[in-house]
Amino acid sequence: MTDSAALTLQDLTKHFGAHAVVRDVTLEVEPGELIVLLGPSGCGKTTTLRLIAGFVAPTAGDISLDGRSIVALPPHRREMGIVFQSYALFPHLTVARNVAFGLEMRRGPASATAARVSEMLRLVKLEALAARLPRELSGGQQQRVALARALAIHPRLLLLDEPLSNLDAALRQEMAREIRILQRAGGITTIMVTHDQTEAMAMADRLVVMHEGRVQQIGAPEAIHAQPANPFVARFIGGSNILQGRLESRCLVLPDGTVLALAGQYADSAEVTLAVRPDSVHLLAPDSDARAAGVVELCTWLGSVVEHVVRLGPDTTVLTRGPALGRDAVRRHAPGTRVSLAWEPDEERLFSAEGNALTASVTLKETNDA
Amino acid sequence: MTSGLAQSAPPLPEHVPGRGVAWLERAGIGLLLWTGIALIAVPMLLTIYLSVFDEKLILFPPHGYTLAWYAAILPNFAQPIVTSVELASAAVVGSLLLGIPAGIGLSRHRFRGRGAVSTLLLAPLTVPLIALGLAIYVMMVTIDEQLGSMITGSMAGLVLAHVMIATPWVVRLCLASLTNHDRSAEEAAASLGANPFTVIWRVTLPAMRSGIIAGALFAFVFSFENLELALFLTSPGVTTLPVAVLQYLEYHIDPLVSAVAVVQTVGIAALLLVLDRFMRLGRIVR
Repeated sequence: MTDSAALTLQDLTKHFGAHAVVRDVTLEVEPGELIVLLGPSGCGKTTTLRLIAGFVAPTAGDISLDGRSIVALPPHRREMGIVFQSYALFPHLTVARNVAFGLEMRRGPASATAARVSEMLRLVKLEALAARLPRELSGGQQQRVALARALAIHPRLLLLDEPLSNLDAALRQEMAREIRILQRAGGITTIMVTHDQTEAMAMADRLVVMHEGRVQQIGAPEAIHAQPANPFVARFIGGSNILQGRLESRCLVLPDGTVLALAGQYADSAEVTLAVRPDSVHLLAPDSDARAAGVVELCTWLGSVVEHVVRLGPDTTVLTRGPALGRDAVRRHAPGTRVSLAWEPDEERLFSAEGNALTASVTLKETNDA
Repeated sequence: MTSGLAQSAPPLPEHVPGRGVAWLERAGIGLLLWTGIALIAVPMLLTIYLSVFDEKLILFPPHGYTLAWYAAILPNFAQPIVTSVELASAAVVGSLLLGIPAGIGLSRHRFRGRGAVSTLLLAPLTVPLIALGLAIYVMMVTIDEQLGSMITGSMAGLVLAHVMIATPWVVRLCLASLTNHDRSAEEAAASLGANPFTVIWRVTLPAMRSGIIAGALFAFVFSFENLELALFLTSPGVTTLPVAVLQYLEYHIDPLVSAVAVVQTVGIAALLLVLDRFMRLGRIVR
C-alpha cells in the first residue's frame, strides 16, 4: 500500500514582486517521514507547502518526487492529498461524495470507489455520517472527512496546512494522535505546516524551523530543543532567555552593566548572544559563586509549574521555570527576594553576532578539575 | 459613591418619555407600512377588477363581469408573446454566457484595470434605458448603413441589446454568490485530480448556483417586461409583448390590456414563488 514518495526540495525560492517569501529552501524527506514546517506567521512555511502542492510556481529551485522533478506538473497531476486549515470540504456534496471525489476523478470502477470510500470512512470513524452534508458536522468531524478525502486517493504525499488550528484544545491533541497513527500505519510521507511548537514537537519525525523565508534548522525535535542552531531557534523553540552583550574573559557584560559569569570559556570576545531556557535556570540563595544575582520581580504559579521573573539589571530580566510538585519541586520566592541564578554548563548556548553557535573551549570536565 | 448614584439615575426619567416615543414610532412605522402596501396593491387590485369588466370601453360602473378578455389574449397577442418569450430566453442564455465567466474572473483575480472592467460592466444600469435605446438604435442604423447589414429591427439586434442590459445583473449576482466561497475548495479539488474545467464545473459553479439562478431570473423578467429598448429596436415583423400592448392601447381603451397585465404579473409571480421554494431568493437579493 505504501506508494509514498521521497521528496526533495532544492534551493526552492519564491518571490512575490520584490519580496522574497521563500529563500533557498533545501530539504530531503524520506518516504514515510512526517516533516513539520514550523515558524511564526509570514515565515514562508505555507508558501513552501503551496509550492509543493503546485498552487504557486517557484521563482527558482526544484521540487522532485522520487528523483523526478514535478515543477512543471499542474496541481491536478501531482497526486498529493491536502488537508486545509479551513478543511475546504465541498459544501454541496455529502460526506461520502466528498471522500469519493478524488476517486471519481480517477474514473475507477464504481464498486472499487464505493469500497474505498467505506474503507476510509471506517478508518476515520464516520461511517454513520456518510449521507450528511459538511455543514451538519462538527469541526472535528469535518477535519476527519478532509483527512479521509485526502487519503482516499493513495497520495504520494500528504500535505497538512495548520490542520489542527481550528479545533479546540482537547480535540486538537486527540486529532494530532489520530493523524499520527494513520500516517505511521500507512507509511505516508507527510509535510505539515504549523506555528504551534507544541503541536510540531508532538507530531514531527523531523522539524524544519523557518524564519523570514529561510530554513533556520532541520532536525529531530529533541535535537533542536537541546541544540538550537541560532538565537531565533533558541527563542522560538523552548522560549529561551536571550541576552545580548560582550564577552569579557569568562563573563558576559550586558549594555546595562549586568554581568553574568559563563560556564564555558569562549575564544571570541566580540558581540555575542546568550540563550538559556527558562527550565534550565535554577534559583539559589544569594551566593557570590553564582552565574548572576538578582531580585525576584514576579512569581507565577501555573499548576504544574512555577515561573519566576528575576530582575538582574535596569534593562534585564530572566524567566525561570521549574516543577511545582514532586521531588524536584522548586521553592517559591516572594517578589523582592534576593536570589542568584545558576545553570548547568551544557544548558548554556552562546552565539556569535552572525548567529552561529560558539563552542566552549573549556569542557565541563576541565572546569571541574580547575 | 454619590456620583455613582447620580450617574446611574438618568435612565429612569429617560425611560418614561421613551415609551411615548416608542408608541409614536410604532404608529409611524405602521402608517408607512400600510401606505406602502396600499401603493403596491391598489393598482394591482384595480387592474384585476378592470380586467373582468364586460365593457368595450372602460366605463364605471360596468354593466357586468366577464372572463372573455382573458380568452381574447391569445388571439390578439400570440405572436408578440412568442417573440417575447424567445427574446427573454435568448437574453438569459446570452447574459449567463457572458456574466458567469465575468463573475468568476472578477472574483478570482485582482488584475490591473479590474476596477475599470467592473465599472464598465455595471455602467448600463446607470444610464436611463430610453437614452440607451435611442443610442443603440442610432448605432445599429449606422452599422447597417456602413456594412449593408440588417441588424436594426431584427431579433438578433434586440437580443444583443437585452443581453447588454441583463449582463450587469448576472455579473453582480454571480459575484455576490462567490463572496463567501472558500477558494481552497477549488484547490482541494485540483489536488484530488480535477483539471481546471472540472474544478469550475464541479466546485465553482455549484457554489454559484443561487447567484446564477437569481441572475437568470432577473435577466428573464427584465427582458420580458422591457419596453424602452424594444420601442426603438422592434420592427413590424418583430414585436415584443410590451410594444404590442402599447400599440394596441393607441387604438383601443378596453379591459384586454388589463387582462394581459394580470396574466403577465401572475406568471412572473408564480415563477418567483417556485424559485423561492428552491433557492430562498430573500437570501440572494439583499
